[in-house]
Amino acid sequence: MSEWTETLLGLLIIIGAGFTLVGSIGLYKLPDFYTRLHGPTKASTLGVGAILIASVIYFTTKQDALSLHEILVTLFLFITAPIGAHLMAKAAIHIQVNQVGRTKDFKSKSKS
Amino acid sequence: MLELSLLIGFVFISLALVLSFYRLIKGPSQPDRILALDTLYINSIALLVLTGIYLESNVYFEAALLIAVMGFVGTVALSKYLLRGDIME
Repeated sequence: MSEWTETLLGLLIIIGAGFTLVGSIGLYKLPDFYTRLHGPTKASTLGVGAILIASVIYFTTKQDALSLHEILVTLFLFITAPIGAHLMAKAAIHIQVNQVGRTKDFKSKSKS
Repeated sequence: MLELSLLIGFVFISLALVLSFYRLIKGPSQPDRILALDTLYINSIALLVLTGIYLESNVYFEAALLIAVMGFVGTVALSKYLLRGDIME
């Protein structure tokens, strides 16, 4: 494996792991559910995406044949992440979780 | 170079796992816990793919795919339960 590929792989892995960490820090720190919902989307698209691209490059150079089955995981995550977030937001609206003042919309603000 | 960046990646993702596990235990409402569980699934997918690179093995990829599928089904089932009080009607 050449020097260049190793540098590219290291960069992609650190970017992916960094975005995964940023997503979980958002989940830890943000004040209420609706703001917390947007934190882990970074982890599921950019974080896992960069790590899977690194895996594709690594196994392609190691086996001398194009290794594309990692794309399956990326594709599946990209399709299912919005569906899951939508259902979770619907459930949160249904059981009326607590909101901080800044995330309340106009309708509920004018009602209360 | 690759070894070092793999180690840094393992440390970052383990920290992310700890943080989302904190949210899973503490989370004030039930949707918070579902979201934390979803994040745990995604972090463990990333950890498994990194383990596959580290051990130069193709086996861990199938586990990652299975966790992706089962995590999605679990998230949808839990959210449906909160929405309707029932999973299948």
